[in-house]
Amino acid sequence: MDNKTLALLALLLPFIGFLINGLGFRRLPKPLVGLVAVAMPLASFIITLILFGKFQSGGSKSMTFIYANWIAIHDITISFSLLIDQLSLIMLSFVTGVGTLIHVYSAGYMGEDEGYGKFMAYLNLFMFSMLALIMGSNYMIMFIGWEGVGLCSFLLIGFWNKNRPYNAAAQKAFVMNRIGDLGLILGVFLIFIFFGTSEYKDIEAFVGAETNPYKVGAWQVVTITILLFVGAMGKSAQVPLYTWLPDAMAGPTPVSALIHAATMVTAGIYMVVRSNFLYSLAPATLDIVLVIALITALLAASIGIFQNDIKKVLAYSTVSQLGYMFMALGVASYTSGMFHVITHAFFKALLFLGAGSVIHALHHEQDIRNMGGLRKYMPITFITFLVATLAISGIPPFAGFFSKDEILMHLYQKSPVLWVLGVAGSAMTSFYMFRLFFLTFLGEFRGTEEQRHHLHESPISITLPLMILAVLSIGGGLIGIPEVFAKDANWLAKFTAPLFTTSQKLNPQLFNHAHLSHSTEYILMGVSVVVAIGSIIFAYIKFVANRTVPKPETEQQGIGKVLANKYYVDELYNTVFVKPILAFSRFLGESFEVFVDLIVEGFGQIVKGLGNAFRKLQTGSIGVYLFAIVIGAVIWIAFNLFIYK
Amino acid sequence: MPEIITKIPLEYYIILASILFCIGVIGVLTRKNALIIFMCVELMLNAVNMLFIAFSAYKGDAAGQVFVFFIMAVAAAEVAVGLAIIVMIYRNTRSVDIGQLNKIKY
Amino acid sequence: MTLWLVLIPLIASLIVFFIRNEQAKRIALLFSCLELILGVYLVAQFDPLKKLQFETNFSWIASAGINFHLGIDGIGILPVILTVLLVPFIILSAFETKYEKPNVFYGLILLMQASLVGVFTAQGAFAYYLFWEGALIPVYFLAAIWGGENRIRVTFKFFIYTVFGSLLMLIALVYMYMQTPGSHSDELQAFYALGLSKNTQYIIFIGLFIAFAIKMPVFPFHTWQPDTYTISPTPATMLLSGIMLKMGIYSVIRWLLPVTPTAVWDNSTIVMTLAIIGLIYGAIIAIQQKDIKRLLAYSSFSHVGLMVAGIFAFNHVGLQGAMIQMLAHGINVVGLFFVVDIIQRRTGTRNLADLGGITQSAPVLTVLFAIIMLGSVGLPLTNGFVGEFMLLIGIFKFSYLNFAVMPLAIAISVGVLAGSTLIFGAVYMLRMFQGVMFGEKTLKTAEFKDVTVSEALVLVPLAILVLVMGVAPNIFIKLSEPATKELLDFVISKINK
Repeated sequence: MDNKTLALLALLLPFIGFLINGLGFRRLPKPLVGLVAVAMPLASFIITLILFGKFQSGGSKSMTFIYANWIAIHDITISFSLLIDQLSLIMLSFVTGVGTLIHVYSAGYMGEDEGYGKFMAYLNLFMFSMLALIMGSNYMIMFIGWEGVGLCSFLLIGFWNKNRPYNAAAQKAFVMNRIGDLGLILGVFLIFIFFGTSEYKDIEAFVGAETNPYKVGAWQVVTITILLFVGAMGKSAQVPLYTWLPDAMAGPTPVSALIHAATMVTAGIYMVVRSNFLYSLAPATLDIVLVIALITALLAASIGIFQNDIKKVLAYSTVSQLGYMFMALGVASYTSGMFHVITHAFFKALLFLGAGSVIHALHHEQDIRNMGGLRKYMPITFITFLVATLAISGIPPFAGFFSKDEILMHLYQKSPVLWVLGVAGSAMTSFYMFRLFFLTFLGEFRGTEEQRHHLHESPISITLPLMILAVLSIGGGLIGIPEVFAKDANWLAKFTAPLFTTSQKLNPQLFNHAHLSHSTEYILMGVSVVVAIGSIIFAYIKFVANRTVPKPETEQQGIGKVLANKYYVDELYNTVFVKPILAFSRFLGESFEVFVDLIVEGFGQIVKGLGNAFRKLQTGSIGVYLFAIVIGAVIWIAFNLFIYK
Repeated sequence: MPEIITKIPLEYYIILASILFCIGVIGVLTRKNALIIFMCVELMLNAVNMLFIAFSAYKGDAAGQVFVFFIMAVAAAEVAVGLAIIVMIYRNTRSVDIGQLNKIKY
Repeated sequence: MTLWLVLIPLIASLIVFFIRNEQAKRIALLFSCLELILGVYLVAQFDPLKKLQFETNFSWIASAGINFHLGIDGIGILPVILTVLLVPFIILSAFETKYEKPNVFYGLILLMQASLVGVFTAQGAFAYYLFWEGALIPVYFLAAIWGGENRIRVTFKFFIYTVFGSLLMLIALVYMYMQTPGSHSDELQAFYALGLSKNTQYIIFIGLFIAFAIKMPVFPFHTWQPDTYTISPTPATMLLSGIMLKMGIYSVIRWLLPVTPTAVWDNSTIVMTLAIIGLIYGAIIAIQQKDIKRLLAYSSFSHVGLMVAGIFAFNHVGLQGAMIQMLAHGINVVGLFFVVDIIQRRTGTRNLADLGGITQSAPVLTVLFAIIMLGSVGLPLTNGFVGEFMLLIGIFKFSYLNFAVMPLAIAISVGVLAGSTLIFGAVYMLRMFQGVMFGEKTLKTAEFKDVTVSEALVLVPLAILVLVMGVAPNIFIKLSEPATKELLDFVISKINK
């Protein structure tokens, strides 16, 4: 098969899986459901690997495949077309790879649920949307995927749809994403207006050409990139549009792992990297990105310290890690952003799946205050979770260390202050992650007797993905070994370099940094590792040695209360946006409508009033009528004779 | 054209017709009996007819007299219908007083 | 050929009037399907590159230069498709409800169809006006006889309001007719050829625009609409919002733009402001509605705002977007109202507070409802997205290109305001969907049954259409694009003169 068909197949297979499971819901036997649902992303993964091989052997030339026209009018043409290049291949590999693992996991995790087939169908639909997002060769196809993953996120957050709060969380996620999407689509409109196309490669060629009118800092490009970034804020949960992600934890845990940790939420990073030639033209936007990312990273990390729900902690850590990725993009270090996307996908998926395994064993208990001592009962989950926790904390040689270190290094090149803040964030990260880990797995079990009785290690379909992801979390960093350790060993940087040539040509200054000496690099690495280990020890003393169990959120005092209540941001949004809009809606619907209608009704009333007044003339007395006739005749004659001559 | 008509000055006709017409109008306005009102209307019609004839004679134009025939024909029809209505009213209300015929109001 | 498109439903309605039993609905369906077949045949024969096709033209009032002239061109084809396509579904959707005097009920629907097709194909002002008013009468009786609570007052207001608009329109049409040279002509093309002075254009513009604005409706001429939509029997609501609303939009494109281009151009900012106010206004009100039918009424009102704004954007994308959105909105809104009808029939209520958990016993309905709802929300690969995307980009372009001061800031503000429909649309539609389908079952939904065969026969094709139009909108764009382009070029050349 040629590449064109292969690419299409990789995209459509999950969709076919969705159709099969969706149409056959409650009719297909369970084993078949699982088989179909897992086979489709797996096939996509295999096709991705084949494409990867062909791509490399074919001289690493990017390939665009046009299948059909979608919308074609006068001066706007949008085609169904896919782009295979370094970026999409990397994204494809880990999305389909991690995706397949999570599908396997879901088959075990959700097997007992009555909506099993529906769930697997949704997951497949999500894979399809995500692949469209990644593979599309223009912003519109990306937008299809972009909204598609939003829809799937909505469906899966509210999967247990009998529960009204879960529905509210689903709606919140969708609406917040839509706010971002509006920004994104406006950005795309501007792209159409300024570039006349939405094809990445055409735009890149346009700005890369000598005739390009948009120089560095051009306001047009700044506006476009800011608008696109608004989209990224929504999808990748950045301040101020991040509050949906913690609420999204209402969905089944595999969903949190797949959508709200490993893949969908990184779409924003993908989009920025995809548009790097535009962002490099707009340093002002990059600064905005950097500031917002920094705020997000620190804000979310600080909230994470006081959360007691195992999934909420992970959610805030995701938000915080996404902040790190955007920080990397903010200093135009696109590769390290991508690198962190990949390693994060491994260890965060692992964390969520591990958490899912725990929740599964405890029968939907999510409060870490009621856990503890699970090491004995769930050895595989324990070890894999430890691996992931070490990875996210940035302890060498785990995957997170390499990617996080690369980001911190680039922050240092921009400004040492940024580096300090970055390290502070990572200290918080390792603290709350190990707080979570210690409270869950070490110490004594704090749950009920009945729960203890049922404690067990999860089945193979759940532990197998854990083990594979653990291996990836350990070795995943090897794709981006920094220069200091081995010369020319950073495979990822070399592989993705062609993506950024236009950027480098357009704005070379952005990429010209003072080169750090090896000793500086070692020192920086050392400091960040020591800080991370320090906060781990602190967490150990606090939660294992002293056996502290956190207070409930409601009993926190002072700063802890603010953090446990997430800085009251949800309340703030409620007061500032939601309630006024609802009140305004009621005002318009109940009062203002009547007012507008009054104008119309007013005309009616006037006519009615006049009628009422004049009907009095109709007395019914013939004498009066006759008198009126005569008077009328006299007036008429007088008028004709004397006035109107 | 009989001479006798033109012997009398035109003004006399006009004055007579006007007086007749006014009597008719006053009768219509003041009387309550439907039958008398009806007769007063006839009086007004005939006042107009007289004017038609007078002018027709003086001008030597027959059109006026033709009109008079029309008016007489229509008036006859009108009387037929009108009287019939009045009879009906009388049968129903035992009265031809227009003061009591005010049922159709508002 | 076009004549038959009008005659079939007309004759059918006469026949149905005389079938005084339940058989009437089947006959009505049969004829509407016949009409659909003829429509499909015509569409297949239609050549988008040619001008007027399938003409019917005979002298009507020869001394006054009035001809009975019907025909289909690229502007009219999509509304005609909409009409012939939707009416069978509307008739079929009424099957499960028992209406008294079915012969009159279905006869009126068919009469309505005849008038609607007439409006969309009429090439002369006289015939156009005749059909325009002809469409009002059946729907008035449908609402007034079979309507719900308070129907007399509501329908009376609706009738007077729209007739008032029609009167203004009649004056404007007669005035234009008097302007035509020689022994006068009421032909559309004769109107197009008029070189009206600016003042004349303004007068005509005001007359026609108010008439169309009431029909669509545009803010603040909308107050008849939510009540009428709510009290009408659902088939009548479908006719009103699915097709009759498009009469207004179609007429703006056909009768207003090319005849009074300068006036339209001068007032486009005002109209667009009204339209955008309307779209936000409707959407915000929809958020808090408890009655789901009323919610949909406001959502329909909101969507119209976007279409109007797109037309007054004076570019191909916006105009074409309006054409596509007309079709898409018609399909979506008929589907949605039908779902509401099903729910009301089974549970006896339309109140969100009394509903919930329907998905547990009606998975098929959930899926179909979801697809149509998402089309209305404008998710990519559904029909709603294509239209909204084109309309929004048209509005955006207009506001970027037509302001001397800070065009980008204005464009983005306008884009955000108009685009807020994406956000609010998601809010009220999801609220409705979740409120009705999700959550725990209530007393009234405890026994809810999934869709029956005849219901599925309506919803499944509609859902498929939602997706087909979303994935392959080009089929429909191609039908009308040459015509809209020509029309717009003509309008712009007239303005520049």
